[in-house]
Amino acid sequence: MSVAVSEQATRNRIHPHKFALWIACASITMMFMAWTSAYVVRQAAGNWLEFRLPNIFFINTAILLISSLTLHYSYSSFKRGKEMLYKTFLIASFVLGALFLVLQYVAWMELYDIGVALDGNPAGSFVYVFSGFHGLHILGGLAAIIVAIVHAFALKFKPTAKRKLRFELTLTIWHFLDFLWLYIITFIILQS
Amino acid sequence: MASDLVTTTYDPDLLIEEQGYDDHFHDHHHGDKYQSNFITHYVFSQDHKIIAKQFLITGIFWAIIGAGMSIIFRLQLGFPEESLAWIKPLLGKWITVNEAGIGTLDPQFYYALVTMHGTILVFFVLTAGLSGTFSNLLIPLQVGARDMASPLLNMMSYWFFFLAGVVMFASLFLSTGPFSGGWTAYPPLSVLPQASSGSAAGMTLWTVSLVLFVVSVLLGGINYITTVLNLRTKGMTMWRMPLTIWAFFITAIIGLLSFPVLASAFFLVIFDRELGTSFFLSDIYIGGEALDRVGGSPVLFQHLFWFLGHPEVYIIILPAMGLVSEVLSVHARKPIFGYKAMVYSILAIAFLSFIVWAHHMFMAGVNPFISNIFVIFTLIIAVPSAVKVFNWITTLYGGNIRFNSAMLFAIGFVSMFISGGLTGIFLGNSAIDIQMHDTYFVVAHFHIVMGIAAFFGMFAGIYNWFPKMYGRFMNETLGKIHFWGTFIGAYLIFWPMHYLGMAGVPRRYYSFETFDAFAHFDGTNKFITIAAIVVFALQLLFVVNFFYSIWKGKRMTTRNPWGATTLEWTTPIDTGHGNWPGKIPVVHRWAYDYGKDGREFIPQILPVSEDESESH
Repeated sequence: MSVAVSEQATRNRIHPHKFALWIACASITMMFMAWTSAYVVRQAAGNWLEFRLPNIFFINTAILLISSLTLHYSYSSFKRGKEMLYKTFLIASFVLGALFLVLQYVAWMELYDIGVALDGNPAGSFVYVFSGFHGLHILGGLAAIIVAIVHAFALKFKPTAKRKLRFELTLTIWHFLDFLWLYIITFIILQS
Repeated sequence: MASDLVTTTYDPDLLIEEQGYDDHFHDHHHGDKYQSNFITHYVFSQDHKIIAKQFLITGIFWAIIGAGMSIIFRLQLGFPEESLAWIKPLLGKWITVNEAGIGTLDPQFYYALVTMHGTILVFFVLTAGLSGTFSNLLIPLQVGARDMASPLLNMMSYWFFFLAGVVMFASLFLSTGPFSGGWTAYPPLSVLPQASSGSAAGMTLWTVSLVLFVVSVLLGGINYITTVLNLRTKGMTMWRMPLTIWAFFITAIIGLLSFPVLASAFFLVIFDRELGTSFFLSDIYIGGEALDRVGGSPVLFQHLFWFLGHPEVYIIILPAMGLVSEVLSVHARKPIFGYKAMVYSILAIAFLSFIVWAHHMFMAGVNPFISNIFVIFTLIIAVPSAVKVFNWITTLYGGNIRFNSAMLFAIGFVSMFISGGLTGIFLGNSAIDIQMHDTYFVVAHFHIVMGIAAFFGMFAGIYNWFPKMYGRFMNETLGKIHFWGTFIGAYLIFWPMHYLGMAGVPRRYYSFETFDAFAHFDGTNKFITIAAIVVFALQLLFVVNFFYSIWKGKRMTTRNPWGATTLEWTTPIDTGHGNWPGKIPVVHRWAYDYGKDGREFIPQILPVSEDESESH
């Protein structure tokens, strides 16, 4: 074995908190992968209701994607020292995120109206489980954005390393939830 | 051999002051600010060493309850005719006393006891109590970190575990009794509240408790992985880490990937119970009427459950393996044999643990062709396991062995792991499972290989690191009595169960009265019960020794009593917050320089000298 080449600095290229967040994302992914595997197994067993997802789900997907972009733009404005853009796009991201949640609820109502109820065929129940638990995680993500907004307006505008890290953590959560939803919606489309 | 070895003398404080790495930790005095009163120091502590003790003592509490339950159901199995009226003050209405004054255990409660025994031991004692304790204690100390990456999450990890315990404890006192459908919680018993009395409120609390527990494991695991990867001190490369750290690290990864899957399964159970979905329920007949659920599959739950369930047994045994590797090496005064092979076998076991789950389901209607694949993967696990066993034995070979309590338990672990592992090869074959499944053979197998063995690893760890935790030693005489009694006793309990299992005696049965074929096992069952009572009493001896030694044990006078190389023994006897009073030690070598170049041992903080032979 060779002489030690590792230095404190080389290992700390990624901040421990950010690394921890990535691991948490991995475990959340495992939870959803368990459900999607269960979906596949259950679907293969037959007695499966075929239905078309209401279009509103796709509009929601677009809204969530845009919210990810706005948050990213807010972050880059923060780094570049553009206070107004930073604050505006931060709030825009929150509004889009909240809108996503509301419209997901509307989507549930539409599902119910076309006869796909939570306690009906598992094909429908799974959609409620996926979007419901994703929605709960979105609530967590929105909470993180609220904290970011409080920071933005309560603290003096100053892109310090510490505040940049905080923002990056929020950004990571939000992007992750975005990808998670893309995974879910793509999965449902490909499976039906 | 050892007599002509030179014992290295060194002053750890001086060395760390000269060689150490200054992280300016003590410039801000944040240690004292947060730990100034009783509540923040002993209750809501964020110090990993205190959290480790909290996990350990909570684990001991649950171990007594879980083991006590097994004694009660063993009494029923061993002495079904004897009166149990004397436990009525404890169990109340679960003991029915007839007119002649003969008390019998309620069969429903018997199932609840079996279920709770499994749940408590698997999750609360051998997951939280073992991995929670030692990952917390040793990861920061052995990698040279001030604390965990996030002390706050670490504290929350303990309190979620505590909360899970409170909920589970409350469920023991429900008038309908705790959950009684087996620790695996198979539907429909777990999903239909009307299925049995324990399936009602008992199961609701059981699910809530375990979801809280999953949160605790995840918060802990995130911390362990991040700390190992990000907070290692200068010079501590991955290949210089002690095997304990490797084991905790891989365990945390397995837990992080498998526990969310368990949570998914539980959430679907909750949906089926409370919201009328039919993931796991179909139109089965209950009381002559068809259930209004369609298309669900109970086997789906088994798939999800065992996708956690199998990695879970490695979550239990890997930390024990890590502790044993370290204890064997320290007390044999020899480097661990095949360090890299040990690491690779941990990795191999971890990988394989994810692709063998269906071997728990051979008899659940799984396609026999698919079973074959799982048989093959299952049997392949024997290879890395055998590598580890070979390396432990080779480490002992020619060693200058100290037969103290820690070492005895470590050697006992190897014995148990071999005995229990060999029966695993029987059970891994789907054809043999036709006879063996759900019999006492299975009970004997997993109790020896992951119950007793994991406990032995835990005991080895406790005896070895007790001085680090409390600055005192545990009593050696009591420790040796504890070991020999438990070692012999455990074999006396579980060895005969193999014969019961081979004859087809099913597990979890309340009574064998109506089975003429098993009548001749009455004596065996009595024998097992008596052995279990003796072993249980010996564990109480351990508990007494443990708590007595915290306050009255022999004081630790030197900071490295075992002559170990690892970093935790370079900290002051009374280790404060931040672990090292000044700078952080820098590591110059791997953790296993014992008997090298004629020197008894060389601590990791000693620089490599010029005339030294090749170093790791």
